[in-house]
Amino acid sequence: MSWIAGTVVIWLAAWALNVRVAATGWARTGAGRLFVPLLFGATILVVWEGLVRGLGVAPVILPAPSAIAAKVATSLPVLWVDFAQTFLKGALPGFVIGCGAAVLTAIAIDRSPFLQRGLLPVGNFVAALPIVGLAPILVMWFGFDWQSKAAVVVVMVFFPVLVNMVAGLQASERMQRDLMATWGASYWQALVKLRLPAAMPFLFNGLKIASTLALIGAIVAEFFGSPVYGMGFRISTEVGRLGLDMVWAEIAVAALAGSAFYGLIALIERWVTFWHPSQRH
Amino acid sequence: MSRVLPVLTVLAGIVVVWYLGAVWLNSTWVYDQAERAGTTVTLAEVIPQTMAQERPLLPPPHQVAAELWKGVAGQAVTSKRSLVYHGFVTFKGTMMGFALGIVLGVALAMSIVRFRVMDMSVMPWAIISQTIPIVALAPMILVVANQVGVQDRDVPKAIIAAYLSFFPVLVSMVKGLRSPDQMQLDLLRTYGANEVQTFVKLRLPASMPYFFASLKVAIAASLIGTIVGELPTGAIEGLGARMLIGSQFGEPLIMWAALFAAAILAGMLILAVGAVERFARARMGVPA
Repeated sequence: MSWIAGTVVIWLAAWALNVRVAATGWARTGAGRLFVPLLFGATILVVWEGLVRGLGVAPVILPAPSAIAAKVATSLPVLWVDFAQTFLKGALPGFVIGCGAAVLTAIAIDRSPFLQRGLLPVGNFVAALPIVGLAPILVMWFGFDWQSKAAVVVVMVFFPVLVNMVAGLQASERMQRDLMATWGASYWQALVKLRLPAAMPFLFNGLKIASTLALIGAIVAEFFGSPVYGMGFRISTEVGRLGLDMVWAEIAVAALAGSAFYGLIALIERWVTFWHPSQRH
Repeated sequence: MSRVLPVLTVLAGIVVVWYLGAVWLNSTWVYDQAERAGTTVTLAEVIPQTMAQERPLLPPPHQVAAELWKGVAGQAVTSKRSLVYHGFVTFKGTMMGFALGIVLGVALAMSIVRFRVMDMSVMPWAIISQTIPIVALAPMILVVANQVGVQDRDVPKAIIAAYLSFFPVLVSMVKGLRSPDQMQLDLLRTYGANEVQTFVKLRLPASMPYFFASLKVAIAASLIGTIVGELPTGAIEGLGARMLIGSQFGEPLIMWAALFAAAILAGMLILAVGAVERFARARMGVPA
């Protein structure tokens, strides 16, 4: 009972503090912006821990954060092998190949308005399709190892990036293109100096969407067959054994990897498209 | 007309590439068979044989279409082999998740727009939540729902679908509810409107274009979530389960038919959302 009471008290206190802080001017500074969400996240962890202990929730239903942290600490080598297999070998090469192919395709079809008008609706539609369904087929084609995971990722990221990049290449204004023409710029000069930079905000939009899709694709593909390591493999087998603390440990790794990947792309975006209004603070 | 022709050309191109790919991928099997039988085959003999294999690596379009037709029209709708039946199971899960996602997304957006502390503390975590691959959580949600005593298979699927679909709604609604400019807000203040009235008469109508734009993304995400929710832990019903069955029993035609059924379902759902949007816009008096 004391666990629950303590949890509620801490939760109310943290909430009150957050309300207080959010109303002050300090909340508008960099540190304040970081403090409020961090306190919120920490409170959730505390409430989770307190409720699991206070209510005596069985570990096979919901392990406490401390138990998950302990599991992470003791199984670092396993987690690293899984991470390397799924993220470094599956998601990352697939992401690079898929996005690269999409950008090149977008540039190739950019010269033909006919192809663009045909490909954009189709691409938009395909981008909305449940492409994860291709995973079993690609696993059948490319085998159980990382090649099939990378292939699933390539297919998943291709269309969102393609659609965004095609839109981006049309983003430069008539006036700007005319200016390039008056300077006697060739097609390639105009492409490299004007239209590619103008397309960058759109491209990074697509890359951000693709970054989360890449991890999803790599993990789903492992449900259909994988070597005896990998995050998707570990999750599905540990769920079968009710080793939920290990599952949560993998989820924590996936969450960290996903957030870090997304954050990295956002950082590169800020560096590349520093001129764009959305990046000015 | 200027839109239809390019799209048809691209689609025709895809079909041609598909047939070429089918010949290329399936010919290996034909050559193997011929070698085992001790005979040689010419290319002219190979091509027809790549078109009608029982377990092709890449089934040509007409085989997929035939399997799809068999699954949709060739069975009683209640049969376990009917794609209509499995499609309906997936559709049910999708709609439950979609509804849950909308409610969650709109409710969160309302409180985020109203309370500064919610904006500061919840919004960053909502963004982070989407970088967590949901598929990592999916098998666990299924198991936990089972242990807590939820027997209905639709519930965990709906939770997964809602997790994916609430985010686009949340982001768009926050933008939409904040879209009225200061002038309009000031006008309502001069009318003496209270907060609820301002919300109902200004913020809510102003957010509708954003809302409907997000619905199209959300329903596609919800369908993906439902299919992912059907994949692991041996679900027995739904299009995702059909894909898994096709994969496990080595029946590529079942996989392809289920994949196209899912694609058709996605297309119908997006069209339906578009129709609802046009209806709502017409009722609100917005020119189309």
